[in-house]
Amino acid sequence: MEPATTHGELGKLRWHCRRGLLELDLVLEQFNNRHLEVLDAGQLALFKELLAFGDNDLLDLVMGRTAPADERYGALLKMLRTP
Amino acid sequence: MAIAKRQFDAVVVGAGGSGLRAALHLAEADLKVAVLSKVFPTRSYTVAAQGGVAASLGNDGEDNWHWHMFDTVKGSDYLGDQDAIEFMCRKANEAVYELEHFGMPFDRTPDGRIYQRPFGGQTRNYGEGPVKRSCAAADRTGHAMLHTLYQRNVRARTQFFVEWMALDLIRNQDGEVLGVVAMEMETSEVMIFQAKATLLATGGAGRIYSASTNAYINTGDGLGMAARAGVPLEDMEFWQFHPTGVAGAGVLITEGVRGEGGFLLNKDGERFMERYAPTVKDLASRDVVSRAMATEIKEGRGAGKDGEYILLKLDHLGAEVIDKRLPGIREIAMKFANVDCTKNPIPVVPTCHYQMGGVPTNIHGQVYAPDGADENIVRGLYAAGECSCVSVHGANRLGTNSLLDLLVFGKSAAEQVIRDIAVDQAFKDLPNDAADRPLARLARLYSATSGESVAEVGAEMRRTMQLHCGVFRFPDSLAEGVRKMLAVVERVKHTFIKDKSKVFNTARLEALELDNLVETAVSTMISAEARKESRGAHDRSDHPNRDDINWMQHTFWFKEGDRLQYKPVKLKPLTVESFQPKPRVY
Ligand SMILES: Cc1cc2nc3c(=O)[nH]c(=O)nc-3n(C[C@H](O)[C@H](O)[C@H](O)COP(=O)(O)OP(=O)(O)OC[C@H]3O[C@@H](n4cnc5c(N)ncnc54)[C@H](O)[C@@H]3O)c2cc1C
Repeated sequence: MEPATTHGELGKLRWHCRRGLLELDLVLEQFNNRHLEVLDAGQLALFKELLAFGDNDLLDLVMGRTAPADERYGALLKMLRTP
Repeated sequence: MAIAKRQFDAVVVGAGGSGLRAALHLAEADLKVAVLSKVFPTRSYTVAAQGGVAASLGNDGEDNWHWHMFDTVKGSDYLGDQDAIEFMCRKANEAVYELEHFGMPFDRTPDGRIYQRPFGGQTRNYGEGPVKRSCAAADRTGHAMLHTLYQRNVRARTQFFVEWMALDLIRNQDGEVLGVVAMEMETSEVMIFQAKATLLATGGAGRIYSASTNAYINTGDGLGMAARAGVPLEDMEFWQFHPTGVAGAGVLITEGVRGEGGFLLNKDGERFMERYAPTVKDLASRDVVSRAMATEIKEGRGAGKDGEYILLKLDHLGAEVIDKRLPGIREIAMKFANVDCTKNPIPVVPTCHYQMGGVPTNIHGQVYAPDGADENIVRGLYAAGECSCVSVHGANRLGTNSLLDLLVFGKSAAEQVIRDIAVDQAFKDLPNDAADRPLARLARLYSATSGESVAEVGAEMRRTMQLHCGVFRFPDSLAEGVRKMLAVVERVKHTFIKDKSKVFNTARLEALELDNLVETAVSTMISAEARKESRGAHDRSDHPNRDDINWMQHTFWFKEGDRLQYKPVKLKPLTVESFQPKPRVY
């Protein structure tokens, strides 16, 4: 199977997981270790969108304090929440 | 090798609260300003600040800057410089009103003024009782501050270089700083940012400890750059620990848990705070609780497989109270400690939270090296924010004073830059070796085919700091810590990465960050080993008391030869009478 993205793109996503909140660093690091390299192109695009959220908004979504305005994020958020 | 060069009046390294405040003032003065940041500005660590920013507005009850000054001097355990503290407290109201004017969405009183709430250590009438001094924007003060300042900077045409990592300062033979060398992460392009003024605003370095509330980004790059350029680091032995970070994760559990009736237990199920603070027990101040916890762990009464943590019990409060009074705690405990806190205690440890020391500056943000009691200004170099040490926090920072520090000294440094540039308009010639040091660091990482693992050396550094230079410090352990850290310093010279790619090579970025973390760590260990007293956040078993006769001194660590030098604390404020050292009791 063709990789969904390049080494550099993955590096960029990993860097965009560097956040101002430690909680997010931890959640995103775990997610990356488990999933980043096997996400398909659609999931990668959604992940990129999620990473564009501000830190507090993203943490609220990840912790389930707010519901995503866009249902497409549901599956990814579930993966992010899995302990 | 020829590398690209760009020229700016001022280069600000860092886009947190301090960097943005400084850059805004510079850009509004029509200077050509570049701001470099490893991450998008509004993702800087300042975003984590919730509690608020201190200012004696007196919007709810009487308050004044002199009371604020007293609290800050006392909070610093008398190590803070009183000229700087007076300066900051006097400027606080202006700093907050400016921010309000920029559009910061502060919480309001019913009649439209800025709402203020109390915060630990901030008192009325020289310690009489709590005062409402903290100005907040809900629980997102830092976030709101970053957004407000970023928008204003965009309007003022500050040029942002986002995802650029500054690598090293450029210093000429005369010791003047002429800019920085930085690398673009997307391309690995290295460029010289030549500047009449270079301002470090790179934030703290809390990642030197295994237990840290700090985000991964806090790697002390400004400290590393300064140290490599021959600039000393001041008071690095002083780090504030928060008692309740989740063991293994660092995530903060708010003090509110103990406020609502939660308490700490050792492995025997003993409520040990009854022994250390019989009256207030678990509600004693941060340093007292942290010290008690560290003692329990050290003496073998910690819980967990290796006796490495303390238990924070709150299940007796009942799920209803927990959900109502402590919103979010259940999810945090579940997510980061894997514990249902309505049934089981949360494993916690005292966790590194804030760096009081840093790059030495005067109240105008000018970096200096000590010369006896005098200060030799490093021309062209300025610093502000958590990476700097001015020193307003001394041996212990008060909550909400850090955001204030960013605003006041960010602006003050910018004012000095404007004055200095007005006098000296020309760019100085760059030395031929301007970029040699960073290029050599990069070349080594490109060419090395074997060596030390960045992850392993980093882990060894964090373990060493945690074990030998934590909350409670023991002489033999500190001496061993120095030996171990010097070994880590050697190992870090031989780090190796497999990945040689050029686009967002995160392995390389982490290797470069480790160079900076290690400078921070070794300076901390050596400064701590040498300070033979207990003051504020520095607590030694063999010297349990503050020693005002011998140690009213700031420590300065120089990388070259790991040399230490001392300089007396400035007890003389700018205009008022000095606050003389007294026992710090609350
Ligand atoms: C959970 C938490 C809550 C807090 N709450 C409060 C509070 O309520 N009130 C208070 O006063 N204080 C609080 N603090 C402390 C306060 O938030 C920080 O001290 C402060 O935000 C630091 O700001 P700064 O501008 O110095 O640096 P930061 O905000 O850390 O910014 C550093 C900047 O430097 C950049 N940078 C770093 N290295 C490089 C490099 N090599 N090249 C380019 N750019 C670089 C980064 O990208 C970033 O933009 C809190 C801290 C924590 C952890």
